[in-house]
Amino acid sequence: MRLVAEALAVARGGRPILEGVSLAVPAGGALAVVGPNGAGKSTLLRTLAGLIRPLSGAIRIEGDDPEIPPRERMHLLGHLDAVKSALSVERNLAFARDVLGGEGDLSEALERVGLGRIADLPGAALSAGQRRRLALARLIAAPRPVWLLDEPTAALDAGGQALLGRLVGEHRARGGMVVAATHAELGFEGGATLDLGASAARSGPRQSSTTTLPTASTVTSLEP
Amino acid sequence: MRTPLGAVLSRDLALARGGGAGLGVMFFLLVVTLTPFAIGPDLALLARIGPAILWLGALLASLLGLDRLLQADHEDGSLDLMHLAPAPLELQVAAKILAHWLATGLPLVLAAPLFGVMLDVGPEVSVRVALALLVGTPALACLGAVGAALTVGLRRGGLLVPVLILPLAVPVLIFGVAACDAARGGWAPLSVLAGLALGYAVLGPVAAAGALRLLRD
Repeated sequence: MRLVAEALAVARGGRPILEGVSLAVPAGGALAVVGPNGAGKSTLLRTLAGLIRPLSGAIRIEGDDPEIPPRERMHLLGHLDAVKSALSVERNLAFARDVLGGEGDLSEALERVGLGRIADLPGAALSAGQRRRLALARLIAAPRPVWLLDEPTAALDAGGQALLGRLVGEHRARGGMVVAATHAELGFEGGATLDLGASAARSGPRQSSTTTLPTASTVTSLEP
Repeated sequence: MRTPLGAVLSRDLALARGGGAGLGVMFFLLVVTLTPFAIGPDLALLARIGPAILWLGALLASLLGLDRLLQADHEDGSLDLMHLAPAPLELQVAAKILAHWLATGLPLVLAAPLFGVMLDVGPEVSVRVALALLVGTPALACLGAVGAALTVGLRRGGLLVPVLILPLAVPVLIFGVAACDAARGGWAPLSVLAGLALGYAVLGPVAAAGALRLLRD
């Protein structure tokens, strides 16, 4: 499998945000999307997930059943954690798993992200970091090959960040693909970087290609 | 339930149980209680306009909670999750409408014959009112979902939904009240109401999902 996006152009509210963004993430690959605030990192991830329709360009997962839309192969961890305050932690995860069509074990996933002991607590009682961990549990409970992570380390403590690193590592070892928008150094081994750059909307086409693992990390962000 | 649609339905029912489900019935009761105070103790008049009062009360009560039907999911990111689900958004919205109706519409239907007693509506007419509401309230819920979808990003959308919805609810109200009139006899108004409900049941989720997609971009 390979996640491919070609010449994406996206505008929000009539203003161009992304132009000519192409990327390819091979199985087991990781792509870090960097750039200053407002460069369009979140927009790119939402576009990849099919939540925003691009003006032009195409997104596909090569080597996948062409009948299945790419969004059904993707996880999107956005700024919003989709946690209902009135429902228990486990019930929240159960909804996310079932709506995404996952089959994973709930308590196992909660145990894995360190929320096993508070599975009965209502969502309202969770801290920002715990909500984030609950969102991470979705990745385990409903396995999907493409993870789109938007600032995944936000609100996570050191343990949580290490956990995220392990989850991403295991996911890639299984042949999964990860695209992460980030300011922090995520330390993805052998990943590529896509720099949306300061001149985000003004610059010409940008490209990023990731090398297949396990070759050493190559960072290709080609500014013409 | 392990399917995406089942997940949406059972979660929304669980959330509705958490609170707010009884609010609609209370509001309905208040409208029915206030009417005799406004009109005066004319039992004959009350009995005559009783079905209309019950319908108006149910119509207004069914507007409660519509503003949060989709907005809550929009604000906390659940809608994004639903967009990634392996099920059409239209059907997921339909599941949400069904849950909303079960939690707020069905109690109104069950309460209507009870409240009819307060307006001196006879037993036969009471049953007709309940039957008409049973057919009509799903149509109102489907209409409401469209309004809720259109105002999903607006902070004060709650006030806008009734303004958008009520004009479209006029046919439902006309045939709903007509179906309660025992003297007029026959089931023709109820059949028209059922037709309206079926039409709205198809159009509502499709229009609401379309609006959600449009606003998401």
